Amino acid sequence: MKLIIAMVQPHKVAEVKKALDDANIHLMTVTNVLGSGRQKGYTESFRGAKMEVNLLKKVRFDIAVNDDFVEPAIGAITKAARSGNIGDGKIFVVPLEQCVRIRTGEKGSAAIG
Amino acid sequence: MLSRIKRCLRGGGLIAFLALSGGFGPSFVSAEDATVASATVQAPADGGLTEKLAAIEQGLADRKVVADTLWVLVTAFLVFWMNAGFALVESGMCRAKNAVNILSKNFIVFAVSSLAFYVLGWGLMFGDGNGFMGLKGLFMLSGADNSPATGSAYQGVYSAINWTGVPLSAKFFFQLVFAGTAATIVSGCVAERIKYISFIAFSFLLVGFAYPITGKWIWGGGWLAQKGFWDFAGSTAVHTVGGVAGLAGILLLGPRLGKYRADGTANGIPGHNLTAATLGCLILWLGWFGFNPGSTMAADPGAISHILNTTNLAAAAGLLTATITAWILLGKPDLGMTINGCLAGLVAITAPCAYVTFPAALLIGGIGGVLVVFAVLFFDKIKIDDPVGALAVHLTNGVWGTLAVGLFAVDKITGVGTGNGLFYGGGFKLLGVQILGSVSVIAFTLVVSLIFWAIVKATLGMRVTRDEEIRGLDIDEHGMEAYAGFQIYMTEYGLAPVGGKDSEPEPAKAGR
Repeated sequence: MKLIIAMVQPHKVAEVKKALDDANIHLMTVTNVLGSGRQKGYTESFRGAKMEVNLLKKVRFDIAVNDDFVEPAIGAITKAARSGNIGDGKIFVVPLEQCVRIRTGEKGSAAIG
Repeated sequence: MLSRIKRCLRGGGLIAFLALSGGFGPSFVSAEDATVASATVQAPADGGLTEKLAAIEQGLADRKVVADTLWVLVTAFLVFWMNAGFALVESGMCRAKNAVNILSKNFIVFAVSSLAFYVLGWGLMFGDGNGFMGLKGLFMLSGADNSPATGSAYQGVYSAINWTGVPLSAKFFFQLVFAGTAATIVSGCVAERIKYISFIAFSFLLVGFAYPITGKWIWGGGWLAQKGFWDFAGSTAVHTVGGVAGLAGILLLGPRLGKYRADGTANGIPGHNLTAATLGCLILWLGWFGFNPGSTMAADPGAISHILNTTNLAAAAGLLTATITAWILLGKPDLGMTINGCLAGLVAITAPCAYVTFPAALLIGGIGGVLVVFAVLFFDKIKIDDPVGALAVHLTNGVWGTLAVGLFAVDKITGVGTGNGLFYGGGFKLLGVQILGSVSVIAFTLVVSLIFWAIVKATLGMRVTRDEEIRGLDIDEHGMEAYAGFQIYMTEYGLAPVGGKDSEPEPAKAGR
């Protein structure tokens, strides 16, 4: 089991979601996050006083999958979220020790999908 | 009463007189009584009394000017306040990331309109000239004028509006707030994707050149007025013009990113603050009590009360029918449709408010409320992306209200000799002129607006870049956010794309 953590551009969310659906991956957690990568920030001001905004708005997907779904998930996210510009985001894949479905008490692979 | 008037005149000053007579309540009636009294008491050969009576008569005439001027100005203040209503409706119905931009547009547009209408608009609209446009006293209210003299006593170059006995600057301010309203309508149509500077430039052109010319046709004694076209408070002159100018903008701008899916169906892009939108609609409803009853430009008790009620009934009917229509058609009573329904009823009654009965007003507003729901869906379907429904409200119902005069008008119901409409035995004559007026104003405004927008597009550009549109106009156009410190969900559009990727222009093509 793996946990896929993907940060994507906010306006790509719909496409990523659709691509994951097409890859038969339907369960996910989506959150709004702020982060900084190589993409430069921008300057905001309030009544003339400037401030640098370096943390940019991204959307984070947390997707727990069985091993054979890792590559399809990565492929779907990459394909849907890529624009070729700096700021398209990142995907992290980490080992997942356990997964429990609260309703039934199922554990492990059976609980993931 | 008479002694009170005399005392007052000795004391000098109308203000004191007004204060003594207790404002504008029952003293209106007694003003008439006093005139009658002065006629009957003229017989005594007391020279001093005759002089005093003449002074009283003059005082009463002056008092009518005071009352009319106050009425015109107070209703103009209400119409001015509609800017706040539009700002709240439009920003509430758009996304949080564009709120600063929309608020800025609605705010600056009245300043731009003030300038444009003062510099040129007023002269083009009300200066003496030909049936097409004004030619005299064009710039900065510079023409000769002896207002508040009316009718044959009037000597000046703004004779088209000499029927109202108020000072020139009162006439100007009242007309200015109407011109400002037309420009504000455009803001909603082009929201969430237009460059700030381009909107400002277009607003100046619209209020300085285009609005006053069609305004001249309708309210400035121009060719439509001469043909017997009736538009009491501006379903055509203000709302249709604003809607068509906005439509021209939409045609050149194209839809917002993410509005249409690859299969061509429309995505819903929900507004971020319906509290603001609802308050805005209520402010507009209140503002309309200035917009329509104020267009008498005289404190005529019967007329303004009648118009107030036609206005209110139409708004109520539009609100209800739009809600019901949405409930049946869409399954839920959509608040956005309720708001647009109220506004639709108000726009529809704007032209006929002084010419129709109360039941007719209910019908006109009610039909407007049904029309607006279908129009919103229709414009979505033909890929005219109008973020706040301004076209469905102002264009569709501007036309409907104008035609409604031809159907429901009752001759002289508030003293205006419109002739009867089709349903009151007047035949097709009035309806024909109303259709002609509506079509010609739409055609002229569409062509001129397309030219103005094309000029703006060629010189300043029109649409923000793709990146800017995605991040929100607030950050890139204004460098600030409306809700700093709040978490704004950035996933708001295209939450459930159907039929593949959202249709977005290629990055290279966007931005122009």
